[in-house]
Order: sequence, then structure tokens, then C-alpha cells
Amino acid sequence: MSFNIEELFKEMKTGEVLLAYKGSITAELITNVLGVVETKLNHVIDKSSTKKKIYNILVESLQNLYHHVDDLPDSTNSMDVHFGIFVIAKDGEEYNIRTGNFIKNDKIKKLKERFEKIKSLSKEELKELYKFVLNNQMFSDKGGGGLGLIDIARRTDGRVDYIFNEYDSNYSFFRMNVTI
Amino acid sequence: MDSISIEGTPKTPTVSLDAGTGIVEIKGRSIPENSIEFYRPIVEWLEDYSSGPQKLTTVNIQLEYFNTSSSKCILDVFKKLEGIKKARNEVVINWYYEEDDEDMLEAGEDYESIIRIPFKMIEIVD
Repeated sequence: MSFNIEELFKEMKTGEVLLAYKGSITAELITNVLGVVETKLNHVIDKSSTKKKIYNILVESLQNLYHHVDDLPDSTNSMDVHFGIFVIAKDGEEYNIRTGNFIKNDKIKKLKERFEKIKSLSKEELKELYKFVLNNQMFSDKGGGGLGLIDIARRTDGRVDYIFNEYDSNYSFFRMNVTI
Repeated sequence: MDSISIEGTPKTPTVSLDAGTGIVEIKGRSIPENSIEFYRPIVEWLEDYSSGPQKLTTVNIQLEYFNTSSSKCILDVFKKLEGIKKARNEVVINWYYEEDDEDMLEAGEDYESIIRIPFKMIEIVD
């Protein structure tokens, strides 16, 4: 199957879409989106703890996206610089935060292993892993040893899914779906 | 030594570090993309302060949100406070969380179990 970004974007926009974006992922954009979404959540959700959970996960998801986008090398493609997608959608009583970005194929194996490990852990094990990484791992400006993903898994009881779609022999499109 | 007062923004907390009273406060949100830069002066101030702290240092942490980028920096803040306590000074940490915000309560408990200072967990009721 050939790669079609519009198709993938469409697939990500299922449910009652509160916000959908496709384009350059910049710090300013994230700041603006967080502001807009916070206002929106205040209107649609009463329970403060639910609002906070969604907002927290959105911050982690978008900042993860911001830090981990790989740019496609050829300037001939039509993608914006630092291209990424994100969608916030409501499905029944649940909220889904979906992100998508290009990633080098040689990173896939490690990322898959990290997801599978995190998804296999119990709540208590996730808590211990979080504390271990927090206390022991070196951090860079990009974040800290997958702490963002562990944090998301903790807050959602592991309801984090992912899929890779091959773009070419060097790159794939990585999509993540977090359910709250 | 000088005191530090930093005004909060939508992404960074209000910070007040007062060497004269020994009161350390971090309030609001801490969700910058890169937290290391923001927290550097705070950690450095605590390092200086630890050479001649007040008998009692009172720490008030009242965060509405913090991201994982901030979490390591906040731990660095606590580690400095742990050092002050180890040097036989009193350190009281008040961890505020909003009613029903179990994630924030749990975050406080995580820190408490890493550093060796008991936290006072204070629930803010509307």
C-alpha cells in the first residue's frame, strides 16, 4: 500500500474531533494549543480531576511530539518542516489524544520494545519504573529517558497504543493513541 | 544573600526564595519544553543558601501541573533541601494538591519516597 498522509490524518480524525492539526510542530504552536484546549475543556468537562488528567497527558504528548519529530531528508516532499499531526477526539465518555510524526526506521525497534515493556507493567511496576528513571537516569534538554511515556501510561493505566506505517526504506510514520 | 522572586507565566511557576525567612515557594504550573534552564538559578540559589541556612526552612510546593521535563528539576530542588536537612537543620516540606487530584498527591508521595524528608500533604478544598 502506498503512503498517503491524508488517509492517515483522516483515520486519526475519528470520533467527535475537538481539535485536529497537521503541519509544523513548534513551541509557539504548542503553547497556543494548550491555551485553546484548556479553555475548551473548561467548557465541556465539569470534573476538575478529569480535566487535569487530559491536560497533563496533552502536555506530555505534544512535548514528546515536539522533541521527537524526525524531518524527512528530501526537500522535494510536500511536508512542512518539523511535520507532525495531532488530534484530540471524544468517543463516548472517553477522550483520545492522537499524535503522528515521521521517525527513522532504525529507531523503530527500540521504540517498540519500550512501548511493549511499559504496556506490560502493572500500576505498581510503572510507579517503581517512574521513580527509578526519575532518580537515576541522565536527563537532556529533550527530556528524560522515556519518562514522558511512563507518565502517560501511569495516568491512563497503560491505555497507550501505537502503529508504524512505512514511508520508504529509511522513514516511517509513527502514530500514538492515548485513551483517557 | 539575595532573595529570588520570579513571576509566574502560563508555562512556568511563581518562585519565591527568601534567605531571610527561610521560606521557599514554588507555585503554579511548570510545563516548559526545557526546564533545566528555568530551574538552574533556583538550584544554584539553594546551593548557596545551604552554606548558611535558617534553622528552619519551610518549603511550599503548590503545583497545578508539572511536566516530566520539570520533574527531574524539582527532584534536584528536593535533593538540595535534603542536603540542608542532613546538615542538621530543620526542613519542612508542604506539598499542596487540589481536592480529588490523586495524580498530584501521588507525585508528592513519589518524591517523598525518594528523598528522606517527610512531606506534609495538604489538600486544598474549594
